[in-house]
Amino acid sequence: MLNKMIRAIKLYKHYISINIRSMMQYKASFFATVIGQFLVSFNVFLGIFVMFRRFNSVSGFTYSEVMLCYSIVLLEYTLAEMYARGFDTFSGMVRTGSFDRVLLRPRSEILQVLGNKFELTRIGRLMQAVVMFVYGITQSNVDWSVFRVITVVFMLIGGTMLFTGIFLIYAAICFFTLEGLEFMNILTNGAVEYGKYPISVYGKRMLQFTTFVIPYALVQYYPLMYILGRKSSPAYIFLPLLASLFLIPCYLLWRFGVRHYKSSGS
Amino acid sequence: MKKYLSFFRLRFTMGLQYRAAALAGIATQFFWGAMEILVFRAFYSADAGNFPMEFSAMVSYVWLQQAFLAFFSVWMLENEIFDTIMNGNIAYELCRPIDIYNMWFSRSIANRISRAVLRCFPILIIAALLPEPYGMSLPADIMHFIIFLITLILGLAVMVAFCMLIYVITFFTISPNGVRAILTSATEFLSGAIIPLPFFPRSIQRVLESLPFAAMQNVPLRIYSGNLTGAEMTWAVILQVFWLMVLVTGGKMLCAHAVRRATVQGG
Repeated sequence: MLNKMIRAIKLYKHYISINIRSMMQYKASFFATVIGQFLVSFNVFLGIFVMFRRFNSVSGFTYSEVMLCYSIVLLEYTLAEMYARGFDTFSGMVRTGSFDRVLLRPRSEILQVLGNKFELTRIGRLMQAVVMFVYGITQSNVDWSVFRVITVVFMLIGGTMLFTGIFLIYAAICFFTLEGLEFMNILTNGAVEYGKYPISVYGKRMLQFTTFVIPYALVQYYPLMYILGRKSSPAYIFLPLLASLFLIPCYLLWRFGVRHYKSSGS
Repeated sequence: MKKYLSFFRLRFTMGLQYRAAALAGIATQFFWGAMEILVFRAFYSADAGNFPMEFSAMVSYVWLQQAFLAFFSVWMLENEIFDTIMNGNIAYELCRPIDIYNMWFSRSIANRISRAVLRCFPILIIAALLPEPYGMSLPADIMHFIIFLITLILGLAVMVAFCMLIYVITFFTISPNGVRAILTSATEFLSGAIIPLPFFPRSIQRVLESLPFAAMQNVPLRIYSGNLTGAEMTWAVILQVFWLMVLVTGGKMLCAHAVRRATVQGG
């Protein structure tokens, strides 16, 4: 078991190094993509900035608190996208039939799909998220304690897992539709774009939906309330980890898809 | 003129083929619009006095923006044109007895209109049926509505003329991705696609309103709900015409220059 895991990690590292080396063959294109990716999220930031020049707070959250919130969501999403982008581009694999090759190899399919793509081009956006994160931490008057630091770490873990799960669903759907669904964009891009504000901003019903159906609120709103000292129950610390359980149904859907995979033949 | 019209017709019918994609797009855009309105509602209830537009004008702005997304998104550039320039197929285009600028221009306009026609009506109808504060309201009056339609087309033309500049720049750079990324996101922000221009601080807003970017979606979307009226409106329309002329003349000159020195490297 342990041996198998070590071998898998080794293989994954190898995949990543191949990915990075091949990307570096086209340096100009690499940097262009880095800039492009950075600018998209930078525009979102500018939008928040402009709004807070005019308003002092929204639903009781100040500028620096919103920065903290957005930076954490952006970090989670960017991390997930960096390593799980293979699922995001999975429709290509199904359509061209190169998933057949994956199935023939004596290694886990998920590992191979993950290794298929490592998006280093998200590095610019990651740096933006880190800068905003530092700003949010230092400016938002949080009374930092060990528990609050742990909460942030759990948020990052849980959020990355949650986004990975959504990418996994996206890929699993491709088994049946052969192409990605534009509608799924709402759950990925939309979640980051609108996760910039704490979910309570969007009203009660949206909060319920993101608590029970797709658990964004568990990695964003509730733990944030704990960090900012507006909720004190220690249960809030562990909610982000609960959100990682979302991966289980996603994985089952993926297994279901793999079992029903019919090669497109091309 | 006839040949450009037929380019237009060809593209237009082609665009209408993608109905399933349009349906998915409508649902996505509808969600996007709803979220956008919820954000602004939260800011409105935080401090209504500081809100620079009528709330209903804001709501109409968002729904129109979603309905006419295909008119005013810079990033909906045509990869076909980039490919033609980069792989050298431009040589064939140049053999034809047509003006390349006019051809690309009419093609791009047709593409955007066909995409918008499929998507705008369902969005507008649903938006009109929504309950009070979230629904789309009627235009301020008939005069504003007519001017809205005129400026909508003018805005589309300004947008396409701007995109033409991006295509022509490709002649000079070969690898256009970096320039493209910067121009697209700057335009998004400066044209009021992210935050409507009235929300900017007053001094910045005044500068932005005189730039060509404000002549795209900013003018028609604000005229519709009566947020832009009187002398300000007249001035905005004049600026639209002015920028359209500048962008088209500049684009044509640059295009002629590029074509004259274009080297097609075999292939």
